[in-house]
Amino acid sequence: MISFQKVTKIYSPSSIALSDVSFEVKQGEFVSFVGKSGAGKTTLLRLLCAEERATQGTVFFEDQDVAKIPASQLSHLRRKIGTVFQDYKLLHSKTAYENIAYVMEVMGATDTEIARDVPGALEIVGLLSRSHHYPLQLSGGEKQRVAIARALIHRPEVIVADEPTGNLDPYHTADIIRLLVKINELGTTVILATHNKEVINHLGKRVITIEEGRVVRDEERGKFIL
Amino acid sequence: MFTATLQRIVRSGWEKFSRDTSSSSAALLVMVIVLSIVTSLFFLQGVGSFLIQSLRESVDVSTFLKDSAPAEDIEALQQSLVALPEVKEVAYVSKEDALVQFMERHKQDQVILDSLDAIGQNPLLASLNIKAWDPASFGKITAFLETTPLASIIQNVDFHERAPVISRLAAITSGVRTGMLGGSIFAGLIAVLVAFNTIRLTIYSSKEEIEVMRLVGASNMFIRAPFLLQGIIVGGLASVITFTLLVPLTLFLSSKLETFVPQFSLFEYFMNNFFMILFLQLFVGIGLGVLSSLIAIRRYLKV
Ligand SMILES: Nc1ncnc2c1ncn2[C@@H]1O[C@H](COP(=O)(O)OP(=O)(O)OP(=O)(O)O)[C@@H](O)[C@H]1O
Ligand SMILES: [Mg+2]
Repeated sequence: MISFQKVTKIYSPSSIALSDVSFEVKQGEFVSFVGKSGAGKTTLLRLLCAEERATQGTVFFEDQDVAKIPASQLSHLRRKIGTVFQDYKLLHSKTAYENIAYVMEVMGATDTEIARDVPGALEIVGLLSRSHHYPLQLSGGEKQRVAIARALIHRPEVIVADEPTGNLDPYHTADIIRLLVKINELGTTVILATHNKEVINHLGKRVITIEEGRVVRDEERGKFIL
Repeated sequence: MFTATLQRIVRSGWEKFSRDTSSSSAALLVMVIVLSIVTSLFFLQGVGSFLIQSLRESVDVSTFLKDSAPAEDIEALQQSLVALPEVKEVAYVSKEDALVQFMERHKQDQVILDSLDAIGQNPLLASLNIKAWDPASFGKITAFLETTPLASIIQNVDFHERAPVISRLAAITSGVRTGMLGGSIFAGLIAVLVAFNTIRLTIYSSKEEIEVMRLVGASNMFIRAPFLLQGIIVGGLASVITFTLLVPLTLFLSSKLETFVPQFSLFEYFMNNFFMILFLQLFVGIGLGVLSSLIAIRRYLKV
């Protein structure tokens, strides 16, 4: 479903984020990327949704070279992927509720569908009481949970979660990971980037380890080893 | 489905306009100023054309006729003058008419009236008053008067004294006209640039939001819609505000202007061009709002 072939990303001569990265993710898989800060995890996920272009090599999503998709058509690719961004990327002028509703509007959902689904999503991430808060009025962990609800709401084929538990306490972390596992069991492909050792060891799923922009380990039922 | 989408777009535009108060009010203020400038230029053009027109019309040449001139000669001279392509109209003023006009003009001045009485007879001459289409062509008309076989009935032509004034006026009116047009275009252009830049800046503050919208899969049209609507609302509202301010303003200025240009009423001019001005403002306001939004967003849709 997703395939990286000899991908290199060079931001600038002094900043080589990925070099010669190749791997494949099958539909329905749950894959975790681990690596030190600056290893290139976020870069890798950015290449997948065409936020950045690879310097060399190709990134395929469903047999389509994402770099060849014209800018006006990228929305179709991105609607298939639900992304939890490391820096949340919430819309500041919209409330928590509206941020989530926005993605449904983008998908063409009706007002009735939105009114039916959004409160449920907010409830799952424990933020129903914060529905009408703007991002600036939310704590870091609350923003992160809004971002998670936004990524799930339209039932995308793939969920890409970049450090989705970075700002969460152990209690919420366990909740969110349980949620991701459940969604994965329902058939959604999940790609997770994290440096949370307990999460990885607890999951017992496929782990790809990245070091200085290179894949150094790729194991089914992997452990967190840096 | 379609009406639901339209409703959603309208709602999103209104939301953008009403929540983003600092940008909206800044854009609104600038837009009102721009529209006021554009409308003032329109008025200025109106007053200017009127003044130039009345100046041109007030210029005429009086051909004074000898008392001995026979009526049929005067008739013939008038006919031959009317036949000239440069001449707009020729009016015959008899001795009696001239006296009536003279007395009317000097009715405040007892000394003059008394001396007129003392003469005991009408000292004024009959005349032909010639109006030309263009002040510049008076030279040709005098040349004609000098060479015509009927020159013998002419006492004198009251043009030579005024010749420099008339030719200068001709130069000034055409100069004023091009100057005013150039000035209007220049001021209008500056105003448009300022408005464009303001809207660009307000959209710049939404750069990040636009990029996030792209990243969560919104199509370009879906992203543009609320900005376009905000532009339409700002432009439309600015026209309504400017237009509403215009009514008391022209009424007030009309009374002030009356002392300088008695025959011209600014308020009347406004009323006569009501729809023209309304359309001009809506067109400039909304057009500017929409166009600048479109151009400004374009560069952020690349992510
Ligand atoms: N826009 C950019 N321009 C230049 N260099 C960049 C840019 N983005 C990232 N980099 C560099 O690329 C490298 C990989 O960055 P990346 O964000 O992918 O790391 P990461 O594995 O996600 O780290 P973390 O765990 O801290 O999130 C880093 O050295 C970073 O400095
Ligand atoms: Mg990262």
